[in-house]
Amino acid sequence: MTALLTTHGLKAFYGDAQALFGIDFSLGRGELVAIIGANGAGKSTFLKSLTGLVRAPLDAIRFKGEPIGGLPPGNIVRRGLAMVPEGRRLFASLSVEENLLMGATPARKGSWNLQRLYALFPILAEKRRQPGTSLSGGQQQMVALGRALMSNPEVLLCDELSLGLAPIVIREIYAAMPAITGEGMTVVIVEQDVTMARQVSQRIYCFQEGRVSLEGRSGELTREQVSQAYFGIGAEAAHA
Amino acid sequence: MLETLVQGVLLGGLYTLFALGQSLMFGVMRLTNTAQGDFIILGAFAVVAGVSVLGNAPWAVALVALAVLPVAFGFGWLLQRHVLNGTLGKDPLPSLVVTFGLSIVIQNLLLETFSADPRAIETGGLATRGIALGEGFSVGMLPLVVLAIALAATGALQWLFARTALGRSFRAVSDDREIAELMGLDAKKVYAFATALAFVLIAVAGTLQGMRTTVSPSDGPLLLLFAFEAVIIGGMGSFWGTLAGAMILGIAQQVGFRLDPGWGIWFGHIVFLAVLVFRPQGLFPKTRG
Repeated sequence: MTALLTTHGLKAFYGDAQALFGIDFSLGRGELVAIIGANGAGKSTFLKSLTGLVRAPLDAIRFKGEPIGGLPPGNIVRRGLAMVPEGRRLFASLSVEENLLMGATPARKGSWNLQRLYALFPILAEKRRQPGTSLSGGQQQMVALGRALMSNPEVLLCDELSLGLAPIVIREIYAAMPAITGEGMTVVIVEQDVTMARQVSQRIYCFQEGRVSLEGRSGELTREQVSQAYFGIGAEAAHA
Repeated sequence: MLETLVQGVLLGGLYTLFALGQSLMFGVMRLTNTAQGDFIILGAFAVVAGVSVLGNAPWAVALVALAVLPVAFGFGWLLQRHVLNGTLGKDPLPSLVVTFGLSIVIQNLLLETFSADPRAIETGGLATRGIALGEGFSVGMLPLVVLAIALAATGALQWLFARTALGRSFRAVSDDREIAELMGLDAKKVYAFATALAFVLIAVAGTLQGMRTTVSPSDGPLLLLFAFEAVIIGGMGSFWGTLAGAMILGIAQQVGFRLDPGWGIWFGHIVFLAVLVFRPQGLFPKTRG
């Protein structure tokens, strides 16, 4: 299988501080890959550099064989790489439906449209005229997810879908994943909830201080391997 | 008393047109255009210059006034793309300094080109015609036209913002520029559109100001002050709020004039300061979810 998206020795800075120290990453078409890691491990910076929100060297990121590192975000989303940003970041003065329509700006062809999203998340149809930010956290996350899907991406990047949500709401959001990946959508999730990440993903990358500390098939990694990679050298101390 | 109110509302119509462009640019990109008043005067002089070439027959004046609108649109677009976009950022100071500089440049260019003499735009008697509303009480035809245009412009802008894809992109870049760009919007293009529209409104305001009274190169700063006061009284971010703020300012000035001919503008400032002290967010701030 040829890789759809790869990074090679990707370095990136967040402000003045270096956040990524040479990330090698590869993503096959149709995969669901999870990136886990502690706060500040560079997971969000990694997604931001993939989507052009954080500067990156042109050749360090390749999408369908073409270098896209550091291109403007609008260019990258039109190529088919969409992101659900951390913290949802809905447009405050736009209604639910207007937020979703903003996602359709790149006008890419595909099967995702308002109708299909409303079928997936019926509550959004009910609240489509309300301001996006007046919804509950879980419903806002559905809007953010839907907004990214409206661009009909080939790769969907989700940054901390579960952030600040109750476990039951998190399960409800992840219950929508099969409907999204069903048609061959490639998905990357950044997730702090390791159990959830192992459940839904086929492969896992663990980031630690801006480097990949572990990579493997979700079912084959042991709990010890993951916590060692997650916490680093202090793993034993963390368990004690 | 009724007459004072009516005159105040009519004056408010003019102030609405002074302020809408300011309100639009601030609302979309948090940019305070301190050259707003000078651009209005520049618009008036553009019409004066056009009329001096084509003659002041009513058809010629109408033609020039209409021809200035697309020119203003293009001018606003280019100004935003090549000058103002470079000044935008977290720090509001660069845009203030640049527009302040533009204000000085425009005043001196106009002074150099047209001299300090006051000019007016010929209206074929429209400016002096009135409609009698009762004994000894009539309102001017031109101020009524100005009010009608102000109401139409406010309604049109509000509709544009609330109901169209362009308006949606205006609000989106205003809410969160980074995410709007992540969705594929080109914020710099959206800004250019906003400024182009603001400059059409500025040209309309300038033309009507030149018809209603005389204009001279140093008039700009006072018009900026009225525009500013209307936007602040109304509350930033809503065009009906801007209209209401302009009406309140117009009425306050007329009440002041009524009490003492020297008090008009001063009375407007007092109301403005009172709003700043007691309700700094303005009377009708945009409600957000």
